[in-house]
Amino acid sequence: MSLIKEPDFGTPARPGEATVAVEIDGTEVLVPEGTSVMRAAAEAGIDIPKLCATDSLEPFGSCRLCLVDIDGRKGTPASCTTPVAPGMKVRTQTEKLAKLRRGVMELYISDHPLDCLTCPANGDCELQDMAGVVGLREVRYGFDGENHLTEPTDSSNPYFDFDASKCISCSRCVRACGEVQGTFALTIEGRGFASKVAAGAGGSFMESDCVSCGACVQACPTSTLQEKSVVELGMPTRSVITTCAYCGVGCSFKAELRGDEVVRMVPYKDGGANEGHSCVKGRFAFGYASHPDRKLKPMLRERITDPWREVEWEEAIGYTARRLLEIQAAHGTGAIGGITSSRCTNEEVYAVQKMVRAAFGNNNVDTCARVCHSPTGYGLKQTYGTSAGTQDFKSVDQADVILLIGANPTDAHPVFGSRMKRRLRAGARLIVADPRRIDLVRSPHVEAAHHLQLAPGTNVALVNALAHVVVTEGLVDREFVNDRCEDFETWERFIAQPQHSPEAVADITGVPAEELRAAARLYATAPNAAIYYGLGVTEHSQGSTMVMGMANLAMATGNIGRQGVGVNPLRGQNNVQGSCDMGSFPHELPGYRHVSDDAVRSVFETLWGRTILAEPGLRIPNMFDSALDGSFRALFVHGEDIAQSDPNTRHVTAALSSLDLLVVQDLFLNETSKFAHVFLPGTSFLEKDGTFTNAERRINRVRPVMAPRTGKHEWEIVCELAQAMGYPMKWDDAAQIMDEIALTTPTFAGVSFARLDRVGSVQWPCNDAAPEGTPIMHVDGFVRGKGRFVETVYVPTEERSTRRFPLILTTGRILSQYNVGAQTRRTGNVAWHPEDVLELHPHDAEVRGIRDGDTVVLASRVGETSLRARIDDRMPVGVVYTTFHHPATGANVVTTENSDWATNCPEYKVTAVQVTLKQPVPAAPGPVR
Amino acid sequence: MTTTAPTPAHVRLANEIAAQFRHRDPATAAEEIAAHIRAFWDPRMRARLIEDAEAGHPGVDPLIRAVAALLPPPPPPSPLPRN
Repeated sequence: MSLIKEPDFGTPARPGEATVAVEIDGTEVLVPEGTSVMRAAAEAGIDIPKLCATDSLEPFGSCRLCLVDIDGRKGTPASCTTPVAPGMKVRTQTEKLAKLRRGVMELYISDHPLDCLTCPANGDCELQDMAGVVGLREVRYGFDGENHLTEPTDSSNPYFDFDASKCISCSRCVRACGEVQGTFALTIEGRGFASKVAAGAGGSFMESDCVSCGACVQACPTSTLQEKSVVELGMPTRSVITTCAYCGVGCSFKAELRGDEVVRMVPYKDGGANEGHSCVKGRFAFGYASHPDRKLKPMLRERITDPWREVEWEEAIGYTARRLLEIQAAHGTGAIGGITSSRCTNEEVYAVQKMVRAAFGNNNVDTCARVCHSPTGYGLKQTYGTSAGTQDFKSVDQADVILLIGANPTDAHPVFGSRMKRRLRAGARLIVADPRRIDLVRSPHVEAAHHLQLAPGTNVALVNALAHVVVTEGLVDREFVNDRCEDFETWERFIAQPQHSPEAVADITGVPAEELRAAARLYATAPNAAIYYGLGVTEHSQGSTMVMGMANLAMATGNIGRQGVGVNPLRGQNNVQGSCDMGSFPHELPGYRHVSDDAVRSVFETLWGRTILAEPGLRIPNMFDSALDGSFRALFVHGEDIAQSDPNTRHVTAALSSLDLLVVQDLFLNETSKFAHVFLPGTSFLEKDGTFTNAERRINRVRPVMAPRTGKHEWEIVCELAQAMGYPMKWDDAAQIMDEIALTTPTFAGVSFARLDRVGSVQWPCNDAAPEGTPIMHVDGFVRGKGRFVETVYVPTEERSTRRFPLILTTGRILSQYNVGAQTRRTGNVAWHPEDVLELHPHDAEVRGIRDGDTVVLASRVGETSLRARIDDRMPVGVVYTTFHHPATGANVVTTENSDWATNCPEYKVTAVQVTLKQPVPAAPGPVR
Repeated sequence: MTTTAPTPAHVRLANEIAAQFRHRDPATAAEEIAAHIRAFWDPRMRARLIEDAEAGHPGVDPLIRAVAALLPPPPPPSPLPRN
């Protein structure tokens, strides 16, 4: 495939039907009202020269190259800023226009380096293209006048350079930073000839608020903002459209290559999830795939104290199969199990759960969603009938009020965060419920109407109080509730009880009653109100209860089943939704169907030729407990580093140490593999062939840009292991696996690689009833029929602050790093976050004698670790925060065994801790940034 | 001085589930908890809970004792899945 260049219509599309007819160069065009002349022309196949215009940005009208002639209009208006009008007659090519355009180009080129042949953007430069388009042959002004050719290059960003000498001050970068990304880190400083792009207050890009999303690089029409990889490797020559392997937004990218070498990842404009935007991880942090730490050969060792020994695949698979069979023979069928990965494709996950159920002969399969969104699965299934967010991402564009609970999308889901900020700048109101003052509470051009700064662990009390206001102040959507829901009266009586009032729970949550009442009224009275939530909801002892509480609130106010509303989990890893869809939970077969359902089991039993157990298997925490009691002896871990990511590290490592056999399949040796006997090398997303399903249920293709560097696809290895255990399991390619998924799973019945290649992506359910997929769920009825109200009693967590551990630790993520950091720590992203730090309020720091940058001890009742302190008043008094991206810190050394009552999802967000000074920062303490 | 054995993980989890259902009348709560445990717990955990409840383990919540009486015994171990 050659290099894909998407068409650029110059200005954004306007919504609505095409009802305005205009004539452009004699061709009649029908476009929606508000469309620019430039875009109308482009839609008619007529390209008007342009430099400052691009269709991801609102028109600006500065370059004066897109001038046109319009009958009845004075002068030569800019086509980008001129909207069409009925009957308008436009000419884009006249002698006068040509002369004007050449004159403009002469001015640009007179102050531009004439180094096209050696410029990194040679062949991909709009300035170069436009010089050709307007027929520029001379520059009458010469090149000796005042110019910017000696402006310095800012190379501070690890991924791109800013060469000011090539800047034409078109403002595309500045506008992209504001309009697309919403960071507003760039500006044009100075006036007239002295005007130039500046980052922040005029320092370097790295010193500014730039989040390195790449939108400015994408927008730059010259080589001013240029990827360092292009400078180093040259322009790419071919593209492969694929899907990012980081967060649950699931952005589509063009992997642009020279040969088999990835030069850059460029966000794909037709990507349903991201529509041409990206973040620092997806755009730039792909270098881990070729990092020298990658393991490409299988390795074995008899004991975990032995050194690793590289072996061939045959020996590794044969040994693993033999040991698994021996352990089952000695300790029973249920003594072994597997963990699937949310970083792997649907096809790989399906293969692993099939291996466990059919070849291992048990249901001991679980997934890393256990430790993040398993309460979403439980809560939404109980209330709505299926485990999935209700909306597509686009839906937020129609929201009038956004209730954001326990999520920090500008860090953890940055491309969706940018979309949300766009909507907020357009006038939507925001309610943030979070112990921390996250960026969305107040950032450029965004300010939350209410910040409900609740105490960690009190979510359910908060959501009950919100619902109490809705019920007791007459804000219930009675028509919706009567038509669409059940068990409302019982719930209404429950939630109206005085102990749920904002005044009654204020002492529990710490949220002033009037603030909470105002937030509840704002949510309930909005034409469209949408809930978005993250792990700050699920990773609690009442995570499932809270999910049901939010589902109740949305139903009571009728905010389900149309654009702009809904209950939307922001999934952590790229394929959390997919790994859950694919039957990774020990109680569910693919499509969220319980293993006790005889009819469902028979579908798989008939196809697979094996009996499937009708009882649930072990969840991950149960596997650890059973390993310690000796009833569980072998574990296959697919693409997860449970020793770093799971809570209470001492407990986890004790469990892993007690196993007779631990098999790890991953890109790198990691904390878990320290306890492994078999290491099977995995494939990066650049080598995978399959699909990921993002947080909006969108199934996207993951296309290989190179053959597996290990020699095998991961699903092939799983098949070979199953075969070596005596179970015939074989597919010719990943497409056949998806065909089997479609055959067995009604919500995927219409999905195939062929369809995805044809339409780009689909959102499940995709079947005969919804052949094009389902962007919005529960439109006419809930999946379970009637939406079910569930009473949500607030039960305080057993984790309490004490005199010994007086602070509450909550953990989370940061923009530049991802999960356990195995990928991002092996990229230039360490420039932003080289270590995990502990954030604490100035008061908590001062009473402990801690200064910014000091090394402190963070201790809980289960363990302690050391890290540097960052003093920040975005933390409330009494609450501290850290991330878990670096194994050197090992934040989960201190998190506990507490978990959600329904799903065992760990309570990462509430741990009682103490913080003490360990090592003062030597001198001149500076802020840790 | 006496020491008490730590509460086993399955007992602790069962007690936490009980806390979520305590607002219901006891019979309904016991039925709902039993249904939850049947749907989500591995049989070996269920067996241990029944065993501890029947043995009068002091850490078992009274509501969970009623639940244990409603839980079916676990199935016999499945044979090895060989053709």
